[in-house]
Amino acid sequence: MSVSPSFTHGAPTSFLRRYVFSTDHKVIGLQYIALAIVAVFVGMALSLLMRIHLVYPAAVLPWLGLIKPETYLALMTMHGTIMVFFVLTTAPQSGFGNYVLPLQIGAPDMAFPRLNMASFWTTFVAFVVLLAAFFVTGGAPGVGWTAYPPLSAILGAAPGNGLGMDLWILSIALFCAGSLMGAINFITTVLDMRARGMTMMRLPLTVWGWFTTAVIALLAFGVLLAAGILLLCDRRLGTSFFVPGGLVISGEPSTHSGGSPILWQHLFWFFGHPEVYIAILPIMGIASQIISTFSRKPIFGYKAMVSAMLAIGFLGFIVWGHHMFMSGMSPYSAFVFSLLTMVIGVPSAIKTFNWLGTMWGGKLRLEPPMLYAIGFISFFVSGGVTGPILAQPATDTHLHDTAFVVGHFHIIMGVATIFGMFAATHFWFPKMFGRQMNVTLARIHFWLTFIGAYCIFMPMHWLGMAGEPRRYSQLTELEYLKPLMGVQQFVTAAAVVTIAAQFIFLVNLLWSLWRGKKETNPNPWECTTLEWTTLNPPPHDNFGGVVPVVHHGPYEFSVPGAARDFVMQTEPASTSAASN
Amino acid sequence: MGLALLLALLLLAGLSVYWFTANGWWLPAAASSSAHAVDAQFFRSYLLMGIIFVAAQVALGLVVWHFARRRSGPAQHSHGHNGLEIAWTLLTAVLFIGMQAAGHPIWASERFDLPANGELDAAHAAAIPVEATGVQFAWFFRYPGPDAKFGATDPKQIDASLGGESALGLDTSDPASKDDVVTGEMYLPVDRDVDLNLRAQDVIHSFFVPNMRFKQDAVPGLRIRARLHPTVIGTYEIACAELCGLGHYKMHAKLHVVSQAEFDEWLAAKEAAK
Repeated sequence: MSVSPSFTHGAPTSFLRRYVFSTDHKVIGLQYIALAIVAVFVGMALSLLMRIHLVYPAAVLPWLGLIKPETYLALMTMHGTIMVFFVLTTAPQSGFGNYVLPLQIGAPDMAFPRLNMASFWTTFVAFVVLLAAFFVTGGAPGVGWTAYPPLSAILGAAPGNGLGMDLWILSIALFCAGSLMGAINFITTVLDMRARGMTMMRLPLTVWGWFTTAVIALLAFGVLLAAGILLLCDRRLGTSFFVPGGLVISGEPSTHSGGSPILWQHLFWFFGHPEVYIAILPIMGIASQIISTFSRKPIFGYKAMVSAMLAIGFLGFIVWGHHMFMSGMSPYSAFVFSLLTMVIGVPSAIKTFNWLGTMWGGKLRLEPPMLYAIGFISFFVSGGVTGPILAQPATDTHLHDTAFVVGHFHIIMGVATIFGMFAATHFWFPKMFGRQMNVTLARIHFWLTFIGAYCIFMPMHWLGMAGEPRRYSQLTELEYLKPLMGVQQFVTAAAVVTIAAQFIFLVNLLWSLWRGKKETNPNPWECTTLEWTTLNPPPHDNFGGVVPVVHHGPYEFSVPGAARDFVMQTEPASTSAASN
Repeated sequence: MGLALLLALLLLAGLSVYWFTANGWWLPAAASSSAHAVDAQFFRSYLLMGIIFVAAQVALGLVVWHFARRRSGPAQHSHGHNGLEIAWTLLTAVLFIGMQAAGHPIWASERFDLPANGELDAAHAAAIPVEATGVQFAWFFRYPGPDAKFGATDPKQIDASLGGESALGLDTSDPASKDDVVTGEMYLPVDRDVDLNLRAQDVIHSFFVPNMRFKQDAVPGLRIRARLHPTVIGTYEIACAELCGLGHYKMHAKLHVVSQAEFDEWLAAKEAAK
């Protein structure tokens, strides 16, 4: 498990090898984060247009003109795809994971630095290919990020179903390839590259989050890749994996026969449900790290936290059917999927209890990373409690494919996860750049986003209860939706304010990069893990030729008899009472 | 800052409870037998999850407020408590699984059990067969006529421009299709079981009647059967709840629930007009 110095590679000197085609996990991590920031602003812009269109369907927007139904569907599909893949999958795992994981386990780099570079650039190309769909004939696809066939399989069935849809599939396939490479790298690194003394049960929970996520990604992305290739074959090579016979589309008889649209749903959700955990497990790790540090207390129930992550990772693979209750599933299958989904709520609840248990009896420091982590818990609870309502076929029958689902998954998968990313950014910024972010701007941004996000997504639950279907480009056709327009306007107003508030974060980030208060203390938060033993920013080989040796578990805070209220993982056992 | 967080979380809990329960839980008026059972399950689920939601948000606020105020003394050094872990694991498991078990029969009752021998049970046999077919971007409804049998359809005979029978491509060579009635609005008698047959001609659609708390996908290549039991006379909207393309937002139809006599009269008139 010890790392020989010969393993490290020398620091590159050319600009290209240093900042562009870099094999340094820190540069690659930052590249992933930068990609996610670009993607999140694109995705937000798309959602802003959608929200404006929903309340002013006849508005002629400057530069874009009238938003037609096909434009709306394209905005919706691209918003979902960009956010799920290029933000929620990219930043928590590939971004922060790449930067921090090798540092936290005392490794000089990832196990396969060139593979790491390849996975980033594959992901980058995937993003460019996806955006290209906006500019081809027929425009971007309008079939939703779930791309259900036959709608997505038959060229004439939907707008944007020509080259745009092919580019979408190609982008997803590239993204899968990039993620698979990343997953192999993360797993190997955690298993083989840990410093001496860094046993699995001394890993920070962040590392457990990234490790579990990598295993999930390895098993899930391969399935999506295969499904995408089959869909492309159906579209362009005349196969019929997902399209049955006897269909007539826009008066044209289809030549397909013998396929099943339900097969796609099984394959897609076998990936799609674990994908939720790919986004949030790293954030659970990050939240645990930050809550423990800023409560000055060991994490409550470390083993329970690790077990809960592994349980979520495992159960995440056997609950996909709850996305398909309305697909014609028999009550027997629905019962099993519903029951398993209820069971997955248990480890999620355990994590919440343990975060509260960690804070209980602590000495809380409400610095920006902690504020965002507290925000994360609040959103995790709010998005979590609607899960068991959707997980029951009886109640899901009414709520399935309504705005309720949109509210549910935006809160838990979108907002909670993004709050975790805000927390992570503020937490590791001094390590990454040797400067601190501005606290006042952080507080303003926290409050506007915390209140704003609730104002956007809570009302969506009520709209769903009232029966508002999702993915409607206009809400003016159904009589029973007309009285709900006031709620729609409120949601749009909240979205405008909340999206505007994100520029405060962007300004803080960019301003702090060059003008933030210099931070030379390698451990400004008085944290215990290995990344805080090295310089800000860490040298190319991470620890400047020193190989860290680990003597403690990751969260030894407020140890009785210790000189300070934290014991670094590298401190020799003799200097403190803790010898865990 | 701790106090501000506490107040914000209290406000969040209070306002959420108020707004979720406002307007009769936002639910449209219930108009089917299962709607009442579903609403009862909604109430049970909301009660349980609502208590968990409020308790967790308030606890988070109190813990943050209280332990951020502390100035003196070190934090506790504790790695956890196994008894507590076991207690809250079991508690959540029992509550969640119990709630699930309570709700399951409701949904199952909307699906007829199709026996292995192919014979319909009595309730199913007495139900009124109606077929709903989703076509981009309209619903078509078919009643089997006096022979109680849906005739065959033939994709080659589909001509949407002619509407009615031709839109579904009724096979003119099949005698069973001769007496089939095809309409653009759905009529159902009140207080009768309906044997709803769902089909789709092109892509996946979803038959959604908010007042009935009923939704079921119509999947190309499948005939999906479900049980519907309207209990209140009135006119309701049927929406499409699965993205089906450009006109998804305007794919809707009317469902008229009428008395048995009115229904018989309407159907007879439709038969006669053929």
